[in-house]
Amino acid sequence: MEFSSITETLKTIRSKKISVEELSNIFIKRIKDSKNLNAFIYFNEEDIIEQSRKIDKLSNNLSLKGIPLAIKDLFCTKNMPTTAGSKILSNFHPTYESFVTQKLIDQGSVFVGKANCDEFAMGSSTTTSFFGNTINPVSPKGKQLVPGGSSGGSAAAVAAKLCLGATGTDTGGSIRQPASFCGVVGIKPTYGLCSRWGIVAFASSLDQAGIFANSIEDASILMKEVAGYDSNDSTSAKIRIPDYYKNLNQDVAGKIIGVPKEYTLPGISDEINNVWEEAIKLFEKGGAKIKKISLPRTKYALPAYYIIAPAEASSNLARYDGVKYGFRSNENNSLDEMYELTRSEGFGKEVKRRILIGTYVLSAGYYDAYYLKAQKVRKLIADDFTLAFKDCDFIMTPTTPSQAFQIGEKEEDPIKMYLNDIFTVPASLAGIPGISIPFGKSKEKLPLGIQLLSKHFDEQTILNAGLYLEKNNE
Amino acid sequence: MKIDKNTTLKIAKLCRLRIEERETEELSSQLSSILDWVEQLNEVNTDNVEPLSNVSTAELPLRKDIENSEDKSKDILINAPEKLENYFVVPKVVE
Repeated sequence: MEFSSITETLKTIRSKKISVEELSNIFIKRIKDSKNLNAFIYFNEEDIIEQSRKIDKLSNNLSLKGIPLAIKDLFCTKNMPTTAGSKILSNFHPTYESFVTQKLIDQGSVFVGKANCDEFAMGSSTTTSFFGNTINPVSPKGKQLVPGGSSGGSAAAVAAKLCLGATGTDTGGSIRQPASFCGVVGIKPTYGLCSRWGIVAFASSLDQAGIFANSIEDASILMKEVAGYDSNDSTSAKIRIPDYYKNLNQDVAGKIIGVPKEYTLPGISDEINNVWEEAIKLFEKGGAKIKKISLPRTKYALPAYYIIAPAEASSNLARYDGVKYGFRSNENNSLDEMYELTRSEGFGKEVKRRILIGTYVLSAGYYDAYYLKAQKVRKLIADDFTLAFKDCDFIMTPTTPSQAFQIGEKEEDPIKMYLNDIFTVPASLAGIPGISIPFGKSKEKLPLGIQLLSKHFDEQTILNAGLYLEKNNE
Repeated sequence: MKIDKNTTLKIAKLCRLRIEERETEELSSQLSSILDWVEQLNEVNTDNVEPLSNVSTAELPLRKDIENSEDKSKDILINAPEKLENYFVVPKVVE
């Protein structure tokens, strides 16, 4: 057995052809054989076996019984340390379980480890992690490509089949971009669909949990389990969660697909635009109609994001002061010195840069000019989408402006790195769901992705369209 | 917006980050270029636009204001870098 899909693996487990423990041993071996990828910050064999033995005794009806999952190291887990990819949390042991991971535990899944990520989810390459770079499993011989970020470890682990699914978080593209770079499916659900309880906060008005999987079917199964209302998160939506998997329907005949003209940018390689064009043709073949639409404020999404996200981050990260948990500097002759040294030694370069930017834009005299202005632009960007969805069922764009790049590239210029998220950030600002589906290959045979966007809480529409794209992808 | 070295040091003080002298120049120039770049927002007319702080379209339920008291002091202290009895310990603040 290959054990590469959730649907197949569940059948095998339910028919008792393999025990959860036996299955876990297969994945433990895969992870050990792929240590060079550095996909995990925490991996503990004995702990996996212990979980598996317990799960073997549980009911066969659990919807994820025995399914091995990787958990982005931004989710608090009671039985595994949680670092957020940062030195400042390198010795942190949560005393509670995040809402999302608790739901996955309740359905009998096995956590194979905590996946590497950019420090506090700030990055697009997983190169800001204190625990080293993760290597994209699709890297050709002799090259080391980034897996994207910030959820790079999760995407790499799924792509290398070190697990059958993974959790991620997406603030500006941190699920969709690595999914595209590693050639897997990644979904950022509607803001508020999954609880943020127990997820290390970055930018609270944007942070959203989501998942990675190797197919739309698997992604749909996981989506249902991670979604749901939680009274511990004041922005959690109280809506009925559909059975995305059961409702899957790849018929796209008559669907109207919006193709925004603002996503054709100068300087973006032909291969990205060509793949986009191929996806358009494929949808037309299935009977869908293409509608050229306009999202006029697209250009301002990234700059608005790079005010809002650092501002919220500077406030959220004020809690890391070396008093209550986490790292504390050894040099501390006074309280103030302890704060400063703890934070200076504990945070990495990119995190510090964003805290500084955030502090500046929120400081006296600048709040209106930056943060308030950005929130107003955010409103206009959200309005653009609302208006566009009056004329189409969903929107299709490329996920990223390039294929996966080499480790070390784009490091010298922060803005260059920020441009990775040019196609993913607008949807984050509007809070709408987005999915990246592997589609097409670059000239160098690296995976590329197509992004589908829909209205708030209309994940089903893009899962269905994604299924069509996946099933008809040559 | 040009951020000079003094401004960088002032912001760093506000957010309790200690910046080395040699880092100040590079950071100032990076912060300046990031701020220059985000200032393109000034091209957008936002007169009479309400700032968007909550993107959710779902009705967010209110909870009952009921007090809930559990003793979690052990849990809370478990990750403390330094503790004594039931307290977090910090460097001396009064002479």
